[in-house]
Amino acid sequence: MRRYHPLRELVLCRFREFAREPEVVFWVFGFPLLLAIGLGIAFRNQPQEKIFVGVIEDPAAATTVERLQANPAIHVEIVSPEAASKALRMGRLSLVLALGHSVEYRYDPTRPDSLLARSQVDAALQKAAGRQDPIAVSEKQVTEPGARYIDFLIPGLLGMNLMGGGMWGIGFVIVDMRSKKLLKRIIATPMRKSDFMLAMFTSRMAFMLVEVVILLIFGWLAFGMIIRGSWASIVAVAFVGCMSFAGIGLLVSSRAQKIETVSGLMNLVMLPMYVLSGVFFSAERFPQTVQPLIQALPLTALNNALRAVILEGSYLSSQAGALAIMATWGIVGYLLAIRWFRWN
Amino acid sequence: MTLAVRCSQLCKRYDNKLEAVKGLELEVHAGECFGLLGPNGAGKTTTIEILEGLLEPTSGVVEILGRRWGTDDRELRELLGICLQETKLPEKLTVLEILQLFRSFYATGQEPAAIMQKVALSEKAQTWVTKLSGGQKQRLAVACALVGNPRILFLDEPTTGLDPQSRRQLWDIVREFKQNGGTVMLTTHYMDEAERLCDRVAIVDQGRVIALGTPAELIAGLGGEHVVEFTLDGGNGLPIAEVSGLRSVRSARWEGECYSLNVGEPHIAIPALIHTVRDRGLSLAGLTTRHASLEDVFVTLTGRHLRDQ
Repeated sequence: MRRYHPLRELVLCRFREFAREPEVVFWVFGFPLLLAIGLGIAFRNQPQEKIFVGVIEDPAAATTVERLQANPAIHVEIVSPEAASKALRMGRLSLVLALGHSVEYRYDPTRPDSLLARSQVDAALQKAAGRQDPIAVSEKQVTEPGARYIDFLIPGLLGMNLMGGGMWGIGFVIVDMRSKKLLKRIIATPMRKSDFMLAMFTSRMAFMLVEVVILLIFGWLAFGMIIRGSWASIVAVAFVGCMSFAGIGLLVSSRAQKIETVSGLMNLVMLPMYVLSGVFFSAERFPQTVQPLIQALPLTALNNALRAVILEGSYLSSQAGALAIMATWGIVGYLLAIRWFRWN
Repeated sequence: MTLAVRCSQLCKRYDNKLEAVKGLELEVHAGECFGLLGPNGAGKTTTIEILEGLLEPTSGVVEILGRRWGTDDRELRELLGICLQETKLPEKLTVLEILQLFRSFYATGQEPAAIMQKVALSEKAQTWVTKLSGGQKQRLAVACALVGNPRILFLDEPTTGLDPQSRRQLWDIVREFKQNGGTVMLTTHYMDEAERLCDRVAIVDQGRVIALGTPAELIAGLGGEHVVEFTLDGGNGLPIAEVSGLRSVRSARWEGECYSLNVGEPHIAIPALIHTVRDRGLSLAGLTTRHASLEDVFVTLTGRHLRDQ
C-alpha cells in the first residue's frame, strides 16, 4: 500500500476539519440531544388532571358535592351564581351545576376540558343515583415504553439529523470548497474525482454511525426507551437514509457558487420535510389528498422505516417500500449531481 | 531545444461575448522561466488556466510537453505543478496535513518533510493554515504545487499582495526549482518580478502577445536603455518634436506631468536638453535619469502604464 493513499488522506482531512469546528460538532451531535431532552420533558406523560367543577348554592348542593367527591379526579366547590359565571368565563372552572327540578350543566362546548368534565360529572351523578350500565367494561392503562411521545420522537430526530447531515456534510461542505477555489485546486492534481466523491460519502457514513449510536443510547439511558429491532436493521435503514440525503446534498451543491445560494437551496429542501415528514408529529395527520406526496418524501420514508425497526422490531424486508423510496431519491440525486457538477 | 509549452491561435470567448484571449501564440522552452507580463484584465489568467487544463479554449492548439488536454489528462496532471491565483487552503488543517493530502494525489513525489524544508515551513508543520502569514500561505501553496515533483510549475501572480521579503523568498524557491531542471511559467503584473526572475517575457495586452523576448532584449528594443524624465516651470512649453530631435534621444513622450525620453547616452542627451531649455528661455523644475524597465517597454507599446487598470 502507498504511504499516502488519496482516499484515506481525503477522509482523514474531513474528520480533522470536522473535529476542529466545535460548533459544528455541537449542531451535529449535541443539538438533537437537547431537542430530545426539551421535547421529552415538555411532552412527558403527566398524571390525570383534576376536573374543576362548581355547584351553585342550593339546599341540595351538599348532597351533590358528596356524590361527586366519590370520583377522586373531580374537584368540586360550592359557589355563588355570580362567582360561578365569572369562574367559568376565566376558565378556573370547567363546569358549573345549577340544581333545580333537573340538573343544569353550564359549560362552553368548545373547551375540551369542559366536555370531559360534563361527561365525568354526569356519569358520577347518574351512577350515584343508581344507573346500571348495560355493558360490562374493564380498563387497562397503557403507558409502557414504546408508546410514549419520546419513543415516537427519537427516531424522528434521528431521521431529521441524517437529513441535516447529508445536506450540511455534503452540500454545504462542497460549496464551501468551491467558493474557496479548493475544488478547482484539487482537480488540478492527478486526484481521481471518484476518490473525492467516495471520501465525501465515506466520511458521511462514519458520522452517521456515531449519530445513530449517540441518539439511541441517549434515548435508552435518559428515557428508558426500548429498542426492539436489531442494531443491524437499524444501521441498515440509517445507512440507506444517509446515502439518500448524501445524494440529494450532492445535487444541491452541484452548481452553487456561493454559500448563500446553497443555504437557500438546503432550506428549500429541508423545511417542507421538517414539517411534513413526521419528525415531531405523525405525518398521517395531514389530509388524505396530500398523503401520496408526503409518503413519497425521503424523510417520511426514513422516519417510517426507523420507527418500524426501532419501536416495533420490524424486519428489514418489511420496509422494502420505504428503502426503495430513499434509494430512488439518492440515486436520482447522485446521477443528476454528477451530470451537473462543476469543479470550478 | 525541447518545448515545454506550445500554444497557437489560442482564443477564449466567455459567454460568446467577452473575448479574453485573441489568437495568442507562445512557446516556452524546457528549463526556462517564462513570464506573462501584463496589466489586470489582459488575459493572463485565462491563458495560464487554459494551459493548465482548467479551462477549455474556444479555439486553438495547446501542447504541454508534447501532450494534449483531452487525451493525456492524467499523465499531464502528474507532470504539472499548479499554483492558482487565489486558493484558500482548508483553514483548520496543518501545513503537514495539507502536504500529505496533496502528496497522496501523486504517484511519485517528494516527502512532505523535504518539501517543507525547501519552502522554509518546517517549523510550521503543526500550524493551522489560518495561523500562517500571507507569505507563509503562499509558500505553502507553492509547496502543494511542488510536492508531486512536477516538470513544469505554473504560478499565477505568485507574489501579489506580499511584502518585499516574502516576495524574495518566493523568488528563491522558484529559482531553485529552475536550477534543478524545472520549467516555470508565471504571470505577473510586477515588472521587477518579470525582470529578475524570468529568462523570457511575453508582454500581453488585450488577449494578445505584443512583445516577446528576454527582459534585456525588450528594453534594448526601446532604442535607449536609459530614461530621462524632466519637468519644466510652467508646464509643457517645449514641443515634443523638438525634444525628440535632440542627440541620443530615441523617443519622447509627454506624460501629463512630465516629459519622458528614451535615451541611448544620457551624458550626451542631458547637456543638449539643458541647452535647448535655456535657449527657449524656459527653466527646468526637475530632472531624473534611470535605467529603462519593462514598464517603459509596456508604456512605449501601449501608451498606458501596467498598473493603470
